[in-house]
Amino acid sequence: MAEFFQQVVAGLATGSIFAALALALVLIHRATGVINFAQGEMAMFTTYIAWTMIENHGMNDWLAFGLTLVIAFGLGLGLQRAVIRPIERAPLLTTVIVTIGLVLIFNGLASLIWGAEVRAFPSPFPNDTWEIGGVAISQQDVGTFLTVLVMVSLLWAFFQFTKIGLALRASALNPDASRLVGVRVGWMLAIGWGLAAMLGAAAGMLTAPTVFLDPNMMQAVLIYAFAAAVLGGIDSPFGAVAGGLMLGVGLNLIGTYVDFVGAGLRLPVALLIILVVLLVKPSGLFGKPVTRRV
Amino acid sequence: MALLELRDVEARYGPVRALGGVSLAVEQGQIVAVLGANGAGKTTTLRSISGTVKRSGQILFDGKPLGRRGPESVARLGVAHVPEGRGTFAEMSVEENLKLGAYVRRGSLDEDVARVSRYFPWISTRLSQHAGTLSGGEQQMLALARALMSHPRMLLLDEPSLGLAPLVTREIFRIVSELNEKEGLTVLVVEQNAAIALEVASYAYVLEVGKVAVSGPSEELARNENVRKSYLGY
Amino acid sequence: MKRTDLGGVLLFVLGAAAILLLPRFVSDFRAQQFAYVGIYFIALLGLNVLTGYTGQISLGHGAFMAIGGYTTAILVSDQGLKLGSHTFSADVKDIWTIPLAGLVAGIAGFLFGFPALRLAGLYLALATFAIAVAMPGVLKYDRFAQFTGGGGGINLFESAARTRPAETTDPITFETISKPIKVLGLEIASFNEWLYYLSWVVALFMLAVAWVLLRGKNGRSFRAVRDSELAAASSGVNLATYKTLAFGISAFYAGVAGSLLAIATTFVNPDTYPITLSIFLLVGVVVGGLGSLWPLVFGAIFIQFLPLWAQEVSKAQGAPAVVYGVILILVMILLPGGAAGLIRRLKTLYKSRLPSRPLSRTSD
Repeated sequence: MAEFFQQVVAGLATGSIFAALALALVLIHRATGVINFAQGEMAMFTTYIAWTMIENHGMNDWLAFGLTLVIAFGLGLGLQRAVIRPIERAPLLTTVIVTIGLVLIFNGLASLIWGAEVRAFPSPFPNDTWEIGGVAISQQDVGTFLTVLVMVSLLWAFFQFTKIGLALRASALNPDASRLVGVRVGWMLAIGWGLAAMLGAAAGMLTAPTVFLDPNMMQAVLIYAFAAAVLGGIDSPFGAVAGGLMLGVGLNLIGTYVDFVGAGLRLPVALLIILVVLLVKPSGLFGKPVTRRV
Repeated sequence: MALLELRDVEARYGPVRALGGVSLAVEQGQIVAVLGANGAGKTTTLRSISGTVKRSGQILFDGKPLGRRGPESVARLGVAHVPEGRGTFAEMSVEENLKLGAYVRRGSLDEDVARVSRYFPWISTRLSQHAGTLSGGEQQMLALARALMSHPRMLLLDEPSLGLAPLVTREIFRIVSELNEKEGLTVLVVEQNAAIALEVASYAYVLEVGKVAVSGPSEELARNENVRKSYLGY
Repeated sequence: MKRTDLGGVLLFVLGAAAILLLPRFVSDFRAQQFAYVGIYFIALLGLNVLTGYTGQISLGHGAFMAIGGYTTAILVSDQGLKLGSHTFSADVKDIWTIPLAGLVAGIAGFLFGFPALRLAGLYLALATFAIAVAMPGVLKYDRFAQFTGGGGGINLFESAARTRPAETTDPITFETISKPIKVLGLEIASFNEWLYYLSWVVALFMLAVAWVLLRGKNGRSFRAVRDSELAAASSGVNLATYKTLAFGISAFYAGVAGSLLAIATTFVNPDTYPITLSIFLLVGVVVGGLGSLWPLVFGAIFIQFLPLWAQEVSKAQGAPAVVYGVILILVMILLPGGAAGLIRRLKTLYKSRLPSRPLSRTSD
């Protein structure tokens, strides 16, 4: 039983990381109809920036965390304005290829600037455990989960209760009508990319302590994030978060209790989930079924 | 000086020329109608003004040329465009739709909500309702209310009668008329239903194939049998 | 045949002749590189039928290449694929396995086309992406190792390798595989040259097949599906047929290409067909020009040579990737129609300079 709770807690921690990155993917997809294949590499890149601030400038962990989020926001915003906006009217495939180009650029830049060696990344949380009723709960796990929870909640409040949040939602729903009431839709999309980049940065900085920092560290996480987003519904922010948590916990439990699924098969299981969901209910658990307007 | 003036405005959708040189004027406090058959260019005229479609020629608002302004910028000048199909944010609540209408304004919106509720009493009781679940007539009224939230100097109304029952259409035009009388709101309304438009507007332009075919005071056009039969369909 | 068709055939013959004469003038190493261009060209032709013509995005065609490659490897190698009591041996003529590999992959693609009917746009991209990522893992899986050779993969020409003296470090030349081949009276000197001719003969053949397939009504039907499924369906185009057919055809081409790749590298293992291959195939189709045929060769040149040229710019770790990515983005922004788009623009430019004569309608 203790094992069960430990796996659930650990699953919630990894799941919250999936949720953060999945939410980033959903945000961008809702706003611009595009899947940003470079979301993981952007997250990795901003995590390196955090690392530089902590290691080379001796900055406090949390200060670096906050500063990196701001930098990530700027990066996402700038990227949308500079690279994505010029191809706004181009077909979907063009944007897919551009995001693939971004994957190469960010991955290459990370190697170029910091080298490809695997590095340790400090965790802002103590490496201790709490003993609760015979169950050892990792403080790192709880910290990770709570951090993502706080960020997602703040983001939700931002979208629901602020004027810009309203404008952001409107721009994603109906860009033409939004322009008519005076919303600068172009900048709203850029802000959307900035927020997504922030979420990615958080996901990266929370992943790095466990998997260690190297240019390829986010590639598997990105795939899990795809699985979470597809599972929850690629247009549903709530679905992304729920999907991420379900995936994290589910994979842990399957790995523990189902015999032939060893650690090596976690990724294929996630991929299988993507396929099955897409074939059975493409709009995911919480998404609205896609209706084709005639 | 007219509040809005179009001089020789042309607009295209790709290779198709929708407007081939339209000139019209709307005085402050007037209700002007733009009439004509489907495809005559009525909607395109409004889109040219709000900047939703690329156009050439001169458009002067308050004496100043609009230039290459996009819709966001035109909205800030005080031109509220209620598009074809209402443009309501169906997945948002009535209240959120109204808030978006007031996007360009600062400060508290409570007064404005109270104000629009005077014209559309049902709004104050259904603020949290999903806009998509409103009836067609209610959505049209919501679109109108949303436009009013920004205290516009001019209202561009595109086919308000579309898809609505005659009684509901009458109600909407009655409200437009009231807004014009009580608040001096200038209105440029595009309509296929020429009869009801001519009752409310003081002046009208009839478009045909992207150009102004006939124009004049509403009573004259309404009385002229030729005009009615050739252009207005009744 | 129409005049423009005749012109096309003439260009084809000229191009084919040029291609077949090329190895006389380039180094052995280059010949191998151009052979790879031919292999990618075949895969791009197929992917283009799917993406350029019916508008379905696939990020997973590397997986179909893997199916083709492994089919050939299994049949060609003498690791003794056992099916019941029958053991396949190395007697199976190597060349026959190429179309067979294509067929197996094609059937797989066609079957995948059915569930794929339910997916559109990005959903299909994600699904094919998932398959391509999963493929190496599936190939590594121990339970399938009996067929796939597991993590170690399969050596195609193991028997040839075994008969070589142990100390030899010579590249596998054609003599060690089979009898020397003569083409047009000239003996082919090396494995790489043989590979080049094999790839390009197949490529030219597949190009001709594609051209015939996509002419006229068929091509229009495919394109109608891409431009508007609703309009196509209302005009009587059977959506399901064309979409699944497109998957099958594109997978067939990929299978042939994968088979050739297996022969080229002389072995297959789970990492021969990684997700990056699928991604670069899509890149190649877009850079070559969606909906075009022979300009796709530029796409193949792009994906074969750009990584190498990027390394010329800078060998610092990570720099080639950055160069590649930047060039890729620039191409997308500046040349959204790919090489084919550029060619079209040059053609109109050229035509506008000529003294005015009635414009002939070029077949698309």
